[in-house]
Amino acid sequence: MDIKDKVIAIIADQAVLEPSDVTLDSTLDTLGIDSLGLVESIFAIEEAFDISVPFNANDPSESDFDISTVASIVAGVERLVAEQKS
Amino acid sequence: MKRVVITGAGTINPLGQTVPETLAAMREGRCGISDLEFRDVERLAIHIGGQIKGYDAEAHFNRQQLSLYDRFTQFALLAAREAIGQAGLEFHGQLADTSGVVMGTSGGGLTTQDENYRSVYEEGKNRVHPFVVPKLMNNAAASHMSMEFNLRGPSFTVATACASSNHAMGMAFQMVRSGACPVMVTGGSESMLCFGGVKAWEGLRVMSKDACRPFSANRNGMVQGEGAGVFVFEEYEHARARGAEILAEVAGFAMTSDASDIVMPSKQGAARAIAGALRDGRIDRNSVGYINAHGTGTAANDKTECAAVADVFGHHADALMISSTKSMHGHLIGGTGAVELLACIMALRDGVIAPTIGYEEPDPECALDVVPNEAREAKVDVVLSNAFAFGGLNAVLALRNP
Repeated sequence: MDIKDKVIAIIADQAVLEPSDVTLDSTLDTLGIDSLGLVESIFAIEEAFDISVPFNANDPSESDFDISTVASIVAGVERLVAEQKS
Repeated sequence: MKRVVITGAGTINPLGQTVPETLAAMREGRCGISDLEFRDVERLAIHIGGQIKGYDAEAHFNRQQLSLYDRFTQFALLAAREAIGQAGLEFHGQLADTSGVVMGTSGGGLTTQDENYRSVYEEGKNRVHPFVVPKLMNNAAASHMSMEFNLRGPSFTVATACASSNHAMGMAFQMVRSGACPVMVTGGSESMLCFGGVKAWEGLRVMSKDACRPFSANRNGMVQGEGAGVFVFEEYEHARARGAEILAEVAGFAMTSDASDIVMPSKQGAARAIAGALRDGRIDRNSVGYINAHGTGTAANDKTECAAVADVFGHHADALMISSTKSMHGHLIGGTGAVELLACIMALRDGVIAPTIGYEEPDPECALDVVPNEAREAKVDVVLSNAFAFGGLNAVLALRNP
């Protein structure tokens, strides 16, 4: 399973949806994931990839991690995983 | 119904180890938040807190006492000594039998738990000190206060997270007002600044890495603190008969539950608690001059709290002052309302309004007079203290000059 599929599986699990229902242009809002669900998803992502995601719930837009869409989350995780390997 | 007055106050917190030291710091707008110092702090993402520095437990307690007193119990006892000393009360006979202690705390002996879990899980030890349980229990502080001062009436501990102190003081107020108790010693104490305590909070991702800036548009979260505040609540005629100095009158109290979300605050729940405290004290809302805000410095709390205040006070919301002293001492969780009540007493007695420091940018969603950065001289007759806890449990106290 590549990074994209793994992230989608985590988000789908949080949204109680099938992975096939989560598309790259979905937003957390449209998937029905609230602020607690978001914090849990980030925790699951950190555990799955053994990375540390820079995210502050007080100001998601100012965090270094873009959560606006599933695609941006996947891109962020890919970057963090690459940085961790280098 | 009896009238209830405050005849003693005591504290130890990041701003000072006595009430006069604390009030001086609040007047100067000094910040008590600094680098955290404890074992394994380098494994945390958050490195700042309102930690009490320069504190020497052995200067106040002997070795036998320290084997039983977690840090939160030590803080409670030190604050109680100052408060009861100021009140000038000694508890004997009928007074002792009918006076008690209500304390708030959220974590209780969390440092004791942290140290002992580390020893059995990480260090693999198979034996713990025999007093771990009596040291960590949430009622340890209230119990040791009852023992040190011979308070033999109703005593218990209240745990409602960030509102614990206000709930505790509200209970004490009702017990004195009803005539059940002539004196109640009350407040809150907290000491969660240990590796496990801060690590748990980090998980929620609501902590700031640099400062607590309540109501400021660039606020980025809360900063934890530690310490205690203790007060002597006394029936008015009892205090007058013995010529006690009265610091303030406790005029009203209300508590509500949001019944909606485990962490997100609700404007309606907060507004109902504020309006309820005014109603309970038969207070005209236009007479309220100052509110000590819950003001945690999180995005959600501060805007919700300002909206609740605007709802309850209407046009008068623009005339009153509201500040968050958490900007200076951090969030003392179960002890926070007690330390913040000191700012309320200072406003009434000294005519000095403690500032919200660290205020950098106005936020249109917090468009009230938040007394930014510098203390202000102002005469106020009625003040409120807000506390809105995780779990949606709200408690608001109203104080006035007697």
